Amino acid sequence: MSNASLGLDDLELDALTELVNLGVSNAALSLREMVREEVALSVPEVSVVSPDEAVSILGRTESKQLVAVQQYFEGEISGRALLIFPETKSLELVRAVVGGTPSLDEIAELEHEALAETGNVLLNGCLGTIANNLQRSLKISLPEVIYGESSDFFSATGKQPIGDSVLFIYINFAVRCGDIQGYIAMLLDMPSLLALKQLIRNFIERVAGENSPSKANNG
Amino acid sequence: MSSKVLIVDDSKLARMGVMKVLRELHPDWESVEASNADDAFKLVKQSLPDYVLMDYNMPGKDGIALAAELHELDANMGIAVISANQQLEVIKRARAAGAIFLPKPLTEKALAGFFAMTAEERNRTEK
Repeated sequence: MSNASLGLDDLELDALTELVNLGVSNAALSLREMVREEVALSVPEVSVVSPDEAVSILGRTESKQLVAVQQYFEGEISGRALLIFPETKSLELVRAVVGGTPSLDEIAELEHEALAETGNVLLNGCLGTIANNLQRSLKISLPEVIYGESSDFFSATGKQPIGDSVLFIYINFAVRCGDIQGYIAMLLDMPSLLALKQLIRNFIERVAGENSPSKANNG
Repeated sequence: MSSKVLIVDDSKLARMGVMKVLRELHPDWESVEASNADDAFKLVKQSLPDYVLMDYNMPGKDGIALAAELHELDANMGIAVISANQQLEVIKRARAAGAIFLPKPLTEKALAGFFAMTAEERNRTEK
Protein backbone atom coordinates (compact mmCIF):
# COMPACT_ATOMS: atom_id res chain seq x y z
CA MET A 1 0.00 0.00 0.00
CA SER A 2 1.12 3.53 -0.60
CA ASN A 3 1.59 4.17 3.12
CA ALA A 4 4.79 2.23 2.66
CA SER A 5 6.14 5.14 0.60
CA LEU A 6 6.40 7.10 3.79
CA GLY A 7 7.56 4.05 5.69
CA LEU A 8 5.12 4.54 8.53
CA ASP A 9 4.57 1.46 10.63
CA ASP A 10 1.17 0.63 12.14
CA LEU A 11 1.75 2.50 15.38
CA GLU A 12 3.08 5.58 13.54
CA LEU A 13 0.04 5.63 11.25
CA ASP A 14 -2.14 5.16 14.35
CA ALA A 15 -0.37 8.14 15.95
CA LEU A 16 -0.88 10.24 12.82
CA THR A 17 -4.59 9.36 12.82
CA GLU A 18 -4.81 10.27 16.49
CA LEU A 19 -3.11 13.61 15.78
CA VAL A 20 -5.58 14.28 12.99
CA ASN A 21 -8.43 13.29 15.31
CA LEU A 22 -7.23 15.80 17.91
CA GLY A 23 -6.88 18.46 15.21
CA VAL A 24 -10.25 17.89 13.58
CA SER A 25 -12.05 17.67 16.94
CA ASN A 26 -10.57 20.98 17.95
CA ALA A 27 -11.48 22.50 14.59
CA ALA A 28 -15.06 21.19 14.94
CA LEU A 29 -15.37 22.96 18.26
CA SER A 30 -14.59 26.25 16.50
CA LEU A 31 -16.95 25.44 13.63
CA ARG A 32 -19.64 24.65 16.20
CA GLU A 33 -19.31 28.20 17.50
CA MET A 34 -19.82 29.50 13.96
CA VAL A 35 -22.89 27.41 13.09
CA ARG A 36 -24.21 27.47 16.68
CA GLU A 37 -25.04 23.79 16.75
CA GLU A 38 -23.29 20.49 16.97
CA VAL A 39 -20.99 19.49 14.15
CA ALA A 40 -21.13 15.72 13.84
CA LEU A 41 -17.83 14.11 12.91
CA SER A 42 -17.06 10.70 11.46
CA VAL A 43 -14.01 8.70 12.47
CA PRO A 44 -11.23 10.15 10.31
CA GLU A 45 -9.48 7.89 7.84
CA VAL A 46 -5.90 8.84 7.17
CA SER A 47 -3.73 7.60 4.35
CA VAL A 48 -0.61 8.72 2.58
CA VAL A 49 -1.02 8.58 -1.18
CA SER A 50 0.59 9.93 -4.33
CA PRO A 51 -0.90 13.05 -5.95
CA ASP A 52 -2.34 10.79 -8.71
CA GLU A 53 -4.11 8.61 -6.18
CA ALA A 54 -5.47 11.71 -4.45
CA VAL A 55 -6.95 12.86 -7.77
CA SER A 56 -8.60 9.48 -8.30
CA ILE A 57 -10.02 9.32 -4.74
CA LEU A 58 -11.56 12.77 -5.14
CA GLY A 59 -12.75 11.86 -8.65
CA ARG A 60 -14.96 9.20 -7.07
CA THR A 61 -17.16 11.76 -5.33
CA GLU A 62 -20.61 12.40 -6.76
CA SER A 63 -19.64 15.85 -7.92
CA LYS A 64 -16.95 16.63 -10.44
CA GLN A 65 -16.90 20.27 -9.50
CA LEU A 66 -15.14 20.82 -6.23
CA VAL A 67 -14.34 23.79 -4.10
CA ALA A 68 -11.33 24.01 -1.85
CA VAL A 69 -9.93 26.39 0.70
CA GLN A 70 -6.17 26.31 0.55
CA GLN A 71 -3.54 27.48 2.99
CA TYR A 72 0.22 27.18 2.89
CA PHE A 73 2.16 26.33 6.01
CA GLU A 74 5.84 26.70 6.75
CA GLY A 75 8.11 25.42 9.48
CA GLU A 76 9.99 22.21 10.10
CA ILE A 77 7.21 20.75 7.99
CA SER A 78 6.15 22.80 4.97
CA GLY A 79 3.40 22.25 2.47
CA ARG A 80 -0.16 23.17 1.76
CA ALA A 81 -3.41 22.11 3.34
CA LEU A 82 -6.75 21.98 1.55
CA LEU A 83 -10.29 21.64 2.79
CA ILE A 84 -12.21 20.16 -0.13
CA PHE A 85 -15.89 19.48 -0.71
CA PRO A 86 -18.33 19.26 -3.62
CA GLU A 87 -19.22 22.68 -4.98
CA THR A 88 -22.95 21.92 -4.60
CA LYS A 89 -22.44 21.50 -0.86
CA SER A 90 -20.53 24.73 -0.43
CA LEU A 91 -23.77 26.76 -0.49
CA GLU A 92 -25.18 24.58 2.30
CA LEU A 93 -22.11 25.22 4.37
CA VAL A 94 -22.42 28.94 3.73
CA ARG A 95 -26.10 28.83 4.78
CA ALA A 96 -25.16 27.06 8.00
CA VAL A 97 -22.41 29.56 8.79
CA VAL A 98 -24.37 32.68 7.84
CA GLY A 99 -27.54 31.52 9.63
CA GLY A 100 -31.10 32.70 9.07
CA THR A 101 -32.62 32.31 5.62
CA PRO A 102 -30.44 34.32 3.29
CA SER A 103 -31.55 34.75 -0.33
CA LEU A 104 -29.59 33.09 -3.12
CA ASP A 105 -28.15 36.47 -4.04
CA GLU A 106 -26.97 37.04 -0.52
CA ILE A 107 -25.46 33.59 -0.35
CA ALA A 108 -23.65 34.14 -3.62
CA GLU A 109 -22.31 37.41 -2.32
CA LEU A 110 -21.16 35.94 0.96
CA GLU A 111 -20.01 32.61 -0.39
CA HIS A 112 -16.39 33.47 -1.01
CA GLU A 113 -15.88 35.15 2.32
CA ALA A 114 -17.78 32.51 4.30
CA LEU A 115 -15.85 29.69 2.64
CA ALA A 116 -12.52 31.37 3.28
CA GLU A 117 -13.42 31.95 6.91
CA THR A 118 -14.74 28.42 7.45
CA GLY A 119 -11.66 26.95 5.80
CA ASN A 120 -9.46 29.21 7.86
CA VAL A 121 -11.09 28.06 11.10
CA LEU A 122 -11.03 24.37 10.22
CA LEU A 123 -7.53 24.26 8.73
CA ASN A 124 -5.97 26.49 11.38
CA GLY A 125 -7.66 24.50 14.14
CA CYS A 126 -6.44 21.27 12.65
CA LEU A 127 -2.90 22.38 11.74
CA GLY A 128 -2.47 24.32 14.97
CA THR A 129 -3.45 21.38 17.16
CA ILE A 130 -1.22 18.99 15.22
CA ALA A 131 1.72 21.42 15.44
CA ASN A 132 1.18 21.91 19.19
CA ASN A 133 1.13 18.18 19.78
CA LEU A 134 4.30 17.80 17.74
CA GLN A 135 5.79 20.70 19.74
CA ARG A 136 6.61 22.67 16.62
CA SER A 137 5.28 25.97 15.33
CA LEU A 138 3.90 26.53 11.87
CA LYS A 139 3.45 29.76 9.97
CA ILE A 140 0.11 29.54 8.19
CA SER A 141 -0.80 31.73 5.19
CA LEU A 142 -4.12 33.42 4.53
CA PRO A 143 -6.84 31.22 3.01
CA GLU A 144 -7.54 31.14 -0.73
CA VAL A 145 -10.73 29.73 -2.21
CA ILE A 146 -10.20 27.72 -5.38
CA TYR A 147 -12.69 26.00 -7.67
CA GLY A 148 -12.04 23.13 -10.05
CA GLU A 149 -11.81 19.40 -10.55
CA SER A 150 -9.67 17.15 -8.39
CA SER A 151 -6.85 17.14 -10.94
CA ASP A 152 -6.63 20.95 -10.71
CA PHE A 153 -5.79 20.71 -7.03
CA PHE A 154 -3.11 18.05 -7.24
CA SER A 155 -1.77 17.89 -10.80
CA ALA A 156 1.57 19.22 -11.93
CA THR A 157 -0.17 21.35 -14.55
CA GLY A 158 -1.68 23.54 -11.85
CA LYS A 159 0.13 26.76 -11.10
CA GLN A 160 0.91 25.64 -7.55
CA PRO A 161 3.86 23.39 -6.85
CA ILE A 162 2.83 19.84 -5.97
CA GLY A 163 4.20 17.76 -3.16
CA ASP A 164 5.76 14.31 -3.40
CA SER A 165 3.00 12.80 -1.31
CA VAL A 166 -0.42 13.72 -0.15
CA LEU A 167 -1.48 13.10 3.40
CA PHE A 168 -5.10 12.40 2.76
CA ILE A 169 -7.67 12.70 5.48
CA TYR A 170 -11.22 11.70 4.77
CA ILE A 171 -13.83 12.89 7.20
CA ASN A 172 -17.56 13.54 7.14
CA PHE A 173 -18.82 16.50 9.02
CA ALA A 174 -22.51 17.17 9.24
CA VAL A 175 -24.37 20.34 10.12
CA ARG A 176 -28.10 21.05 10.10
CA CYS A 177 -28.42 21.39 6.34
CA GLY A 178 -27.46 17.76 5.92
CA ASP A 179 -24.26 15.89 5.40
CA ILE A 180 -21.43 17.91 4.04
CA GLN A 181 -18.78 15.47 3.04
CA GLY A 182 -15.44 17.10 3.39
CA TYR A 183 -11.87 16.09 2.83
CA ILE A 184 -8.77 17.57 4.28
CA ALA A 185 -5.62 17.03 2.25
CA MET A 186 -2.09 18.04 3.12
CA LEU A 187 0.60 18.05 0.50
CA LEU A 188 4.11 17.56 1.76
CA ASP A 189 7.44 17.23 0.02
CA MET A 190 9.93 14.49 0.86
CA PRO A 191 12.03 16.43 3.44
CA SER A 192 8.81 17.40 5.25
CA LEU A 193 7.58 13.81 5.22
CA LEU A 194 10.84 12.63 6.77
CA ALA A 195 10.65 15.40 9.38
CA LEU A 196 7.03 14.44 10.09
CA LYS A 197 7.98 10.81 10.62
CA GLN A 198 10.59 11.80 13.21
CA LEU A 199 8.18 14.16 14.96
CA ILE A 200 5.56 11.40 15.07
CA ARG A 201 8.09 9.09 16.74
CA ASN A 202 8.80 11.75 19.35
CA PHE A 203 5.05 12.20 19.85
CA ILE A 204 4.62 8.45 20.42
CA GLU A 205 7.39 8.47 23.03
CA ARG A 206 5.76 11.36 24.88
CA VAL A 207 2.28 9.81 24.80
CA ALA A 208 3.15 6.20 25.49
CA GLY A 209 6.13 6.80 27.78
CA GLU A 210 7.94 3.64 28.77
CA ASN A 211 5.50 1.55 26.71
CA SER A 212 6.65 3.10 23.43
CA PRO A 213 8.76 0.92 21.14
CA SER A 214 12.44 1.27 22.01
CA LYS A 215 14.67 3.36 19.82
CA ALA A 216 16.41 0.17 18.72
CA ASN A 217 13.29 -0.74 16.77
CA ASN A 218 13.10 2.49 14.87
CA GLY A 219 14.91 1.30 11.77
CA MET B 1 -7.50 -0.90 47.47
CA SER B 2 -6.59 -2.15 44.03
CA SER B 3 -9.14 -1.68 41.28
CA LYS B 4 -9.62 -2.95 37.76
CA VAL B 5 -9.86 -0.58 34.80
CA LEU B 6 -11.03 -1.28 31.25
CA ILE B 7 -9.61 1.02 28.55
CA VAL B 8 -11.54 1.22 25.26
CA ASP B 9 -10.13 3.03 22.22
CA ASP B 10 -9.72 2.05 18.58
CA SER B 11 -6.31 3.72 18.61
CA LYS B 12 -3.56 1.63 20.14
CA LEU B 13 -1.51 4.74 20.85
CA ALA B 14 -4.45 6.37 22.64
CA ARG B 15 -4.80 3.26 24.83
CA MET B 16 -1.08 3.41 25.58
CA GLY B 17 -1.47 7.07 26.49
CA VAL B 18 -4.34 6.39 28.91
CA MET B 19 -2.38 3.48 30.36
CA LYS B 20 0.62 5.75 30.98
CA VAL B 21 -1.51 8.23 32.94
CA LEU B 22 -3.19 5.40 34.87
CA ARG B 23 0.19 3.80 35.75
CA GLU B 24 1.45 7.10 37.11
CA LEU B 25 -1.57 7.41 39.40
CA HIS B 26 -2.10 3.76 40.36
CA PRO B 27 0.82 1.52 39.36
CA ASP B 28 -0.74 -1.45 41.16
CA TRP B 29 -4.15 -1.37 39.48
CA GLU B 30 -5.08 -4.05 37.00
CA SER B 31 -6.06 -3.01 33.48
CA VAL B 32 -7.63 -4.62 30.44
CA GLU B 33 -8.03 -3.17 26.93
CA ALA B 34 -10.54 -3.34 24.11
CA SER B 35 -10.38 -1.72 20.67
CA ASN B 36 -14.14 -1.47 20.07
CA ALA B 37 -17.45 -1.26 21.91
CA ASP B 38 -18.56 -4.84 21.25
CA ASP B 39 -15.36 -6.34 22.64
CA ALA B 40 -15.56 -3.93 25.56
CA PHE B 41 -19.08 -5.09 26.40
CA LYS B 42 -17.96 -8.74 26.44
CA LEU B 43 -14.92 -7.87 28.58
CA VAL B 44 -17.06 -6.01 31.10
CA LYS B 45 -19.20 -9.12 31.62
CA GLN B 46 -16.12 -11.33 31.93
CA SER B 47 -13.82 -9.25 34.08
CA LEU B 48 -16.21 -6.90 35.93
CA PRO B 49 -14.03 -3.75 35.97
CA ASP B 50 -14.56 -1.01 38.56
CA TYR B 51 -13.93 1.70 35.99
CA VAL B 52 -14.28 1.95 32.23
CA LEU B 53 -12.43 4.66 30.30
CA MET B 54 -13.59 4.94 26.71
CA ASP B 55 -13.00 6.96 23.60
CA TYR B 56 -16.05 8.65 22.06
CA ASN B 57 -15.39 8.57 18.32
CA MET B 58 -14.85 4.90 17.35
CA PRO B 59 -15.81 2.87 14.29
CA GLY B 60 -19.03 0.93 14.98
CA LYS B 61 -20.73 1.82 18.21
CA ASP B 62 -19.47 5.07 19.73
CA GLY B 63 -18.34 5.53 23.32
CA ILE B 64 -21.49 7.28 24.51
CA ALA B 65 -23.76 4.49 23.26
CA LEU B 66 -21.47 2.00 25.02
CA ALA B 67 -21.55 4.11 28.20
CA ALA B 68 -25.35 4.03 28.23
CA GLU B 69 -25.39 0.22 27.85
CA LEU B 70 -22.82 -0.24 30.63
CA HIS B 71 -24.64 2.17 32.91
CA GLU B 72 -27.81 0.12 32.37
CA LEU B 73 -25.89 -3.04 33.23
CA ASP B 74 -24.33 -1.67 36.42
CA ALA B 75 -25.13 1.82 37.64
CA ASN B 76 -22.21 1.66 40.10
CA MET B 77 -19.56 1.24 37.44
CA GLY B 78 -17.41 4.35 37.04
CA ILE B 79 -17.64 5.34 33.38
CA ALA B 80 -15.67 8.08 31.65
CA VAL B 81 -15.87 9.14 28.01
CA ILE B 82 -12.57 10.62 26.85
CA SER B 83 -12.66 12.82 23.77
CA ALA B 84 -10.97 15.74 22.07
CA ASN B 85 -14.41 16.60 20.72
CA GLN B 86 -15.43 19.01 23.47
CA GLN B 87 -18.62 20.32 21.90
CA LEU B 88 -21.27 21.06 24.50
CA GLU B 89 -23.71 18.56 22.97
CA VAL B 90 -21.18 15.72 23.27
CA ILE B 91 -20.48 16.54 26.92
CA LYS B 92 -24.23 16.67 27.67
CA ARG B 93 -24.88 13.35 25.93
CA ALA B 94 -22.03 11.71 27.84
CA ARG B 95 -23.52 12.90 31.13
CA ALA B 96 -27.01 11.78 30.14
CA ALA B 97 -25.56 8.32 29.45
CA GLY B 98 -24.27 8.16 33.02
CA ALA B 99 -20.66 8.93 32.15
CA ILE B 100 -18.23 11.65 33.10
CA PHE B 101 -16.63 13.55 30.22
CA LEU B 102 -12.85 13.90 30.28
CA PRO B 103 -10.99 15.95 27.66
CA LYS B 104 -8.36 14.29 25.49
CA PRO B 105 -5.36 14.35 25.89
CA LEU B 106 -6.06 12.87 29.32
CA THR B 107 -4.22 14.39 32.29
CA GLU B 108 -3.43 12.82 35.67
CA LYS B 109 -5.45 15.53 37.37
CA ALA B 110 -8.58 14.84 35.29
CA LEU B 111 -8.31 11.08 35.77
CA ALA B 112 -7.73 11.42 39.53
CA GLY B 113 -10.78 13.69 39.69
CA PHE B 114 -12.89 11.08 37.92
CA PHE B 115 -11.78 8.32 40.34
CA ALA B 116 -12.49 10.56 43.35
CA MET B 117 -15.91 11.57 42.05
CA THR B 118 -16.89 7.96 41.38
CA ALA B 119 -15.73 6.84 44.84
CA GLU B 120 -17.72 9.65 46.43
CA GLU B 121 -20.81 8.71 44.45
CA ARG B 122 -20.47 5.07 45.55
CA ASN B 123 -20.13 6.10 49.21
CA ARG B 124 -23.26 8.17 48.93
CA THR B 125 -25.34 5.38 47.40
CA GLU B 126 -24.06 2.86 49.98
CA LYS B 127 -25.13 5.02 52.91
